[in-house]
Amino acid sequence: MELLIVENIEKSFEDTKVLKDISFSLEKGKALAIIGSSGSGKTTLLRCLNFLETPDNGKIYVGDELIFDSADATTQKEKDLRKKRLHFGMVFQSFNLFPQYTALENVMLSPKLLAKDRPDFKENKKQIFDDIENEARELLAQMGLSDRADHYPHQLSGGQQQRVAIARALALKPDILCFDEPTSALDPELTGEVLRVIRELAEKNTTMVIVTHEMNFARDVADNIIFMDDGVIAEQGPAYDLINNPKTDRLKTFLSHSNG
Amino acid sequence: MSLFLEQLPIVLDSLNEGFLQTLKLFIVTLVGALPLGLVISLGSMSKVKPISAVTKLFVWIIRGTPLMIQLLIIYYLPGLAFNNPIWGGGEDGRFMAASVAFIINYACYFSEIYRGGIQSIPVGQTEAGLVLGMTKSQIFFKVKLLQMIKRILPPISNEIITLVKDTSLARIIALQEIIWAGQAFMKGSHGISGAIWPLFFTALYYLVFTGVLTVLLGKLEKKLDFFR
Repeated sequence: MELLIVENIEKSFEDTKVLKDISFSLEKGKALAIIGSSGSGKTTLLRCLNFLETPDNGKIYVGDELIFDSADATTQKEKDLRKKRLHFGMVFQSFNLFPQYTALENVMLSPKLLAKDRPDFKENKKQIFDDIENEARELLAQMGLSDRADHYPHQLSGGQQQRVAIARALALKPDILCFDEPTSALDPELTGEVLRVIRELAEKNTTMVIVTHEMNFARDVADNIIFMDDGVIAEQGPAYDLINNPKTDRLKTFLSHSNG
Repeated sequence: MSLFLEQLPIVLDSLNEGFLQTLKLFIVTLVGALPLGLVISLGSMSKVKPISAVTKLFVWIIRGTPLMIQLLIIYYLPGLAFNNPIWGGGEDGRFMAASVAFIINYACYFSEIYRGGIQSIPVGQTEAGLVLGMTKSQIFFKVKLLQMIKRILPPISNEIITLVKDTSLARIIALQEIIWAGQAFMKGSHGISGAIWPLFFTALYYLVFTGVLTVLLGKLEKKLDFFR
């Protein structure tokens, strides 16, 4: 079953067309990697899914729901955006943890704020908050960070911060988890621990879209890969085939330059 | 020496009274200008062009002219130009006028500090809040505000220390703050005249008060040291 369908997405900044007619789909439980050189549009594509950018053209479906249609203004209401964003989790290149909160508080903040919308919030507040905390601790444990729950971001290494950020995104139980070059800001010796966590998520059939520069990782973890070049999907296919037997010259050139 | 000891209690009484007025003006200015400055800073960052243009023009005028002139204009202009002396006579009227002038003036300086503070928060903080389903106001209050306070505390502390001493400008409209009280002993006050030492003595009040403030603000800064 297709969980995510993206149709004919286009996006320009000023006069530069960054995304040109991008269409792809993603099955539930699968991982999709997006590779390509800097400026090829892969990060912009991810940001369109999270509504951090608004596409100029195109449609986005999650499940059966049409969550964005450039031709239909009713799908673009500001007040619905917040709910639609929750279909997607987002892990940023630069972590973007909230510095004044501990690891645990970072994970709990948004679930606690969202819980206020629940009709039974007032009567069950304590129970709800206890549940949120238990889940947050569970997620941190999954990330191998149980003993770091009460540390502030500046007391954590980059790899630990990124794992907290992953836990924070998972806490909202998104349908699709997005990664924007999750290891690009990390020292080489710290990338492994983050990639390991993402690999585990893939093994648990988490639906993911991963923008990455790590070719071996993309090949091993993703089910499918999209290769973007100059705003278009230049090649796509099953991960292993695409990396080992590239068909287009553009992808061959790209892979020969990235010896990862 | 015996003359000094004779004069001391009289002078202290008068200076204390003046300092109380100084303190009142200081507190009223902070209470008014700290929040008003936030409103002005939001105005100057507004995406609605006319609002930001008018706000920036206003900030330019207030920061570009001496506070002393602003005090005179606010105190005298309503009476002179519109024949409507809204402030009433007496010390209360002068205090009201001085408070309005100081609040407006300091709010403009604070607004620029706030603006710098708000704009210095990385956009990634807002984006992280958005993808986590937070509303704009939740992002401001739960994510950005404390980070902003931490960043603006040193420059705000600086302005606060300056404000302590700026309050003395209010004597231009004869507000009876501490320097006005000290100066009165030169011309003659409470049976003492030709004495200049009370005026010099007022410096001690400022020094002690700014000392206390420096310690308090330093403690506040330390409190925010738990994150970076």
